[in-house]
Amino acid sequence: MVNTFRPSDLAQALRIIADTKPTVLAGGTDLMVRHKTWSGVVPHFDRPVVLIGHLPELQGIEIRDERLFIGSAVTLAAILEHPLVPEHIKSPIAQMASPPIRNLATLGGNICNASPAGDSLPMLYALDACLHLESVRGRQTVSISEFISAPGRTCLEPDQLLTAIEIPLIKCRTHYYRKVGQRQANSISKVSFYAAADYDKQRIHWVRIALGAVAPTVVRSPAAEGLLAGLDASGLKAVIPAVINIYQGLLSPVDDVRSTQQYRREVSLRLLENYLTRELMK
Amino acid sequence: MATTTIKFKLNGQPVTLSTHPLKRLVDVLRDDLQLTGTKEGCGEGECGTCSVLLDNRLVNSCLVPIASVAGRQVITIEGLRSTPRFDLLQRCFAQAGGVQCGFCTPAMIMAAEAILSANPYPTEKQVREGLAGNICRCTGYGMIVEAVLEAARKGGGLW
Repeated sequence: MVNTFRPSDLAQALRIIADTKPTVLAGGTDLMVRHKTWSGVVPHFDRPVVLIGHLPELQGIEIRDERLFIGSAVTLAAILEHPLVPEHIKSPIAQMASPPIRNLATLGGNICNASPAGDSLPMLYALDACLHLESVRGRQTVSISEFISAPGRTCLEPDQLLTAIEIPLIKCRTHYYRKVGQRQANSISKVSFYAAADYDKQRIHWVRIALGAVAPTVVRSPAAEGLLAGLDASGLKAVIPAVINIYQGLLSPVDDVRSTQQYRREVSLRLLENYLTRELMK
Repeated sequence: MATTTIKFKLNGQPVTLSTHPLKRLVDVLRDDLQLTGTKEGCGEGECGTCSVLLDNRLVNSCLVPIASVAGRQVITIEGLRSTPRFDLLQRCFAQAGGVQCGFCTPAMIMAAEAILSANPYPTEKQVREGLAGNICRCTGYGMIVEAVLEAARKGGGLW
């Protein structure tokens, strides 16, 4: 039988994590399913468990120097209800899971799960989010793309805890998010597409595009975004085939219970084409 | 540490129990406390049948380890039963035909309570979004949505 810890503050949590290398449980919406056995039987964890969902140090949402800081144990519902969080950050979160799950699930949990289909991830990649990691040894900041190394894998050291997510607040004229799944609520994405952009009548200032569930980690192409920046409407039209071609080369979707490679490839490229032709500079 | 002592408020009353800290809230409610109004459907957070209110928010009790409930407040269908809001919801569900086999009903009532507490005058879209985590295999949902909208119309200050 494994030990379960419910530390009273972050310092105590970091000591427990350093000493016992436990499974860290925040909202539990994935871990409690992954470790469940039978009705009436205690879920089976093979490592000690430390609960962090209640820690006050991990609950904050604040803006400092044009950057939004979200505590890693803030629930998805709390993010959606918070007046400081802009719409382009809320929009993918509003389509995650279901109302009761959003009341438990945390942003930190979605990141640390590192699922290729994690629905907050394309937005976080596109907005250049940074992650704050802490341990008894000290603090570290890494970009989200460095943090997630493979499906289910992160660079988190066994004694480290993700404590906050930092998202630069950029002036964003439009954002666009599409999630393709089997059901409106509670579906795991077959494909997801996130884009944010700033432009005026004349030209595109910048565009960020990120695709989820079509490769081991989120797909984003600085080269393609560079091609789009500075273009006017006719320049955009001319460059669309080249942009689609770049993304085509970056997709490596899998066949699984939710969908097929072919479907994922086709739908994600059509979402991209639709975005470039009908949404961007609309 | 096989068991631990957990204290929380259940339906307004303080509860102290000795149990495994990772036992699921749904199992504690049904097995330890014999409150079987809360049902277990999928056990994976997909169906919403085990929904209860935790600090006045709708949650799937199959996903909550009991240790994380310490010091908090849980309301189940048994606790809601003694309120005038339940009386109205019950009548509206019955009149609209929102109850067929009944297995999803306690959770649908909890979800309706969560929707109306947050917003006493929801639109149909808001009701449908609020019920999105609760599955019903009988009604086709239309009658449940209608029941919640009818409760909102007749609520007059109850929420």
